[in-house]
Amino acid sequence: MKVVGKAYRKKDAMQLVTGKPVYTDDLKPNGCLVVKLLRSPHAHALVKEIKKDIALKVPGIVCILGWEDVPRTRFTLAGQTYPELSPYDHAILDQRLRCVGDPVAIVAGETEEAVDRAMKLIKVTYEELEPVLDYTKALDHPVVVHPEDDYQVLVPSINCDQKRNLITTEHFEHGDVEAQFKECTHIVEHTYHVRAVSQAMMETFRAYCYHDLYGRLVCVSSTQVPFHVRRVLSNALKLKKSDIRVIKPRIGGGFGAKQSVVCEMFPAVVTHLTGRPAEIIYTREESMTNGSPRHEMSVTVKLGCGDDGILKAMSMYTLSNGGAYAEHSPTTVGLSGHKGLSLYGTPKAYRFDYDVVYSNTMGTGAYRGYGATQGEYAVECAISELAEQAGFDPITFRKMNMVREGQIMPAYYGELCQSNALDRCLDRVCELIGWDEKYPAKRMENGKIRAVGVALAMQGSSISQVDEAAVELRLNEDGNYHMLVGSADMGTGSDTTLAQVAAEALECELDDIAVFGVDTDASPYDSGSYASSTAYLTGRAAYETAMELRKKMIHAAAGCLGIDEADVLFDGKTFSDESGLHSMTLRELGVHSLGGFSGRMLSASVSRVSPVSPPPFMAGAVEIEVDPETGKVEILQYKAAVDCGTVLNPNIARGQTEGGLVQGIGMTLFEDVQFTDKGKLRNNSFMQYKIPTRLDCGDLEVVFESSYEPEGPYGAKSIGEVVINTPAPALTNAIYNATGLRFYDLPIKAEQIALGLLHRDER
Amino acid sequence: MTITVTLNGKRITDDVAPDLLLYDWLRQKGCLSVKCGCETTNCGLCTVHVDGKPTLSCAMLAVRADKKTVTTLEGLQEEAIEFGGFMADEGAEQCGFCNPGFIMNVLAMKEEPDVYTWTDRQIKEYLEGNLCRCTGYAGHLRAIRRYLAARQEGMK
Ligand code: FES
Ligand code: FES
Repeated sequence: MKVVGKAYRKKDAMQLVTGKPVYTDDLKPNGCLVVKLLRSPHAHALVKEIKKDIALKVPGIVCILGWEDVPRTRFTLAGQTYPELSPYDHAILDQRLRCVGDPVAIVAGETEEAVDRAMKLIKVTYEELEPVLDYTKALDHPVVVHPEDDYQVLVPSINCDQKRNLITTEHFEHGDVEAQFKECTHIVEHTYHVRAVSQAMMETFRAYCYHDLYGRLVCVSSTQVPFHVRRVLSNALKLKKSDIRVIKPRIGGGFGAKQSVVCEMFPAVVTHLTGRPAEIIYTREESMTNGSPRHEMSVTVKLGCGDDGILKAMSMYTLSNGGAYAEHSPTTVGLSGHKGLSLYGTPKAYRFDYDVVYSNTMGTGAYRGYGATQGEYAVECAISELAEQAGFDPITFRKMNMVREGQIMPAYYGELCQSNALDRCLDRVCELIGWDEKYPAKRMENGKIRAVGVALAMQGSSISQVDEAAVELRLNEDGNYHMLVGSADMGTGSDTTLAQVAAEALECELDDIAVFGVDTDASPYDSGSYASSTAYLTGRAAYETAMELRKKMIHAAAGCLGIDEADVLFDGKTFSDESGLHSMTLRELGVHSLGGFSGRMLSASVSRVSPVSPPPFMAGAVEIEVDPETGKVEILQYKAAVDCGTVLNPNIARGQTEGGLVQGIGMTLFEDVQFTDKGKLRNNSFMQYKIPTRLDCGDLEVVFESSYEPEGPYGAKSIGEVVINTPAPALTNAIYNATGLRFYDLPIKAEQIALGLLHRDER
Repeated sequence: MTITVTLNGKRITDDVAPDLLLYDWLRQKGCLSVKCGCETTNCGLCTVHVDGKPTLSCAMLAVRADKKTVTTLEGLQEEAIEFGGFMADEGAEQCGFCNPGFIMNVLAMKEEPDVYTWTDRQIKEYLEGNLCRCTGYAGHLRAIRRYLAARQEGMK
């Protein structure tokens, strides 16, 4: 392959490193109103009265909107394919406030100072209600989070029961789990807890809106899901989709956060009602307290094997906290088991049950890994514990049981595993980290303990039979191409990798393809950049589109040359027959197609839905040094081997992996989420919510062990999400190897380790 | 209050509110490379040079910049292209939102007298205040190593 697999610079790289104005706030028009939200101090309350007369007198204030002033519609903010599995439980503003920070009023003014002054002068009377803050008690709690009558469930099979605070519930079983457990000589069962960690992308939520020359609503948004933003705004404001245009410029990170339409409706309703351009920028605090964090989950895993170390049964029960709103709640939870349990192919029986509940804590959303992170953390910790109990080392035990190429994966929708290099990935990280010499631990002369830990991970590649992606390719008159995409490059480099796929198929240089995206008025439909879909699904659409255009160009060239289509040879530059007597260049064909000769502009657009969701796999191994005095864990090195099928661009794939590893390290060791007893988030800034710095992550090394996925473009699978899944279990396992302490809750903080060691020594 | 600042080589006089942050003033003046990632002086995205020293523009009032020289990435385009090329070759720019602040700090770091002898740890310590959520920082270090090596080569 000539273009695929090469470490090209990203097409936008130089604009980014030179600080060009390419992000939402850099592009806003003059005279944009400043929009801010007055937020609820209570976890559960009714708005009785909003007194805004004094605030409205502040010079420069244009409008103050309460729940009675905005369209009364219900919709979901989840960026998902219609009909969304997430219930329609959100309003632009509601009389009922369901978590601390829920918006009470929208304030728009000419300047930030005016808006800030007005916010202080608005007097709100609340009727405080008892909240349900503990999600483990929320099911059938007398306090109902969503009692409203206009609540809507579009997909009844989620088994939602609004009056019970139940968003979704499910039972899955394959084989006779209880019978299998009875035959097990070794069983491990624990509940693992993951908090509602924040994506903490550097660019907070933001969007601005204006009316275009036709009076249509334009929304420029930092989003991963431009087409879903269009639907959400059309739902919220009761506008036709053709009356809304959404533009995604460069965006400062997403990681799933921007798969929810968190802030767009606020400037949109201001523009809709006032006709003025309006912009909202969430503060870091708002992004932390009322964004779209990972679902907090308690994952109870039970695993059993015989003396031979072969797994017989795996079961999981996940209780997930949807918080105040159910965005992504019915879907994230499924991944905890369907992906977590599918890492192992030997069990004869699998069981997976789950419940997702409402509570009066912040609403939740999508965060890289999307539930698989929580489930695989639980499974991979439990596997190491079971291996020890059964007398095997964790590597051998995994190798005896892991899922293999050619197996049917019963817990993974019964899909066939067509591409899998997990065994090679595991061998590779063991070799890189020096597992055999280092496992399990070694006390150093200075009293510190060094230890290693390992974990496996998988994810999917797009949502099968749900996600849809298309690209459009056009031949220009000078023989190069335009490619229009609807998927969102969010720093992930997908504009570049998609062009690499098309360039490979068209046998041209990467520079011969200009990429444009995303603008819902111009881009072909794409469900968006989430669920690890872009490289795999949009990539396949790019391939199919390029092949379609090739066919059309050959057909047109055959007509021009007066030869049979089947005789045309095309090498990316020239069309000719075998003799070479008849030939024309691509440029000539471009001129021909647009020069009034044929009346046939040459373009193609193919959309693609995938019948399956092929999992990428990876193994991660970490070496740590624990200071038993302080409990401090220092990461010395992290080795990762990834099977994402064919690597489309090694630089980009490596960057994705390194970034995902460090986010995983963050949630394992630092990123804490604590609420006050009134339901207010304590960790609401980078002061209290510590994400890893460059001193916290040790030396990372990423290698690729590729399989070939027949459904993907040139054999590629996804990479964006799988990379976040190994650090939590690998580190938890390493900490056990170093200290003998097993932790079942994240983050694992130094003081817990120090205290744990103290208690252990006292015993 | 009236301030006179040499901004990216140009002397400007402006009337500013006493509580205006340097960050906001710079963006008002069209220096849109300057970004903000927090309200708590924890992220480093807003780093600019004030009299040559890396400074968090979100933690400084515009009036404090009076009679000083302020440089943003707009004023260091050649340097940005030079170092940024190494970033791009490592795939270390990713979403790019943290890049201007980070690059401003790298460009200050390269002036440290003994920087060519620094260990990885020293480099990381110098840049610790520049957060990045996308890259895992590894590509940054590779780019810096290549950049320093190329500069040293060029000095010979
Ligand atoms: S904006 Fe975060 S340190 Fe200045
Ligand atoms: S590149 Fe996105 S935050 Fe650093």
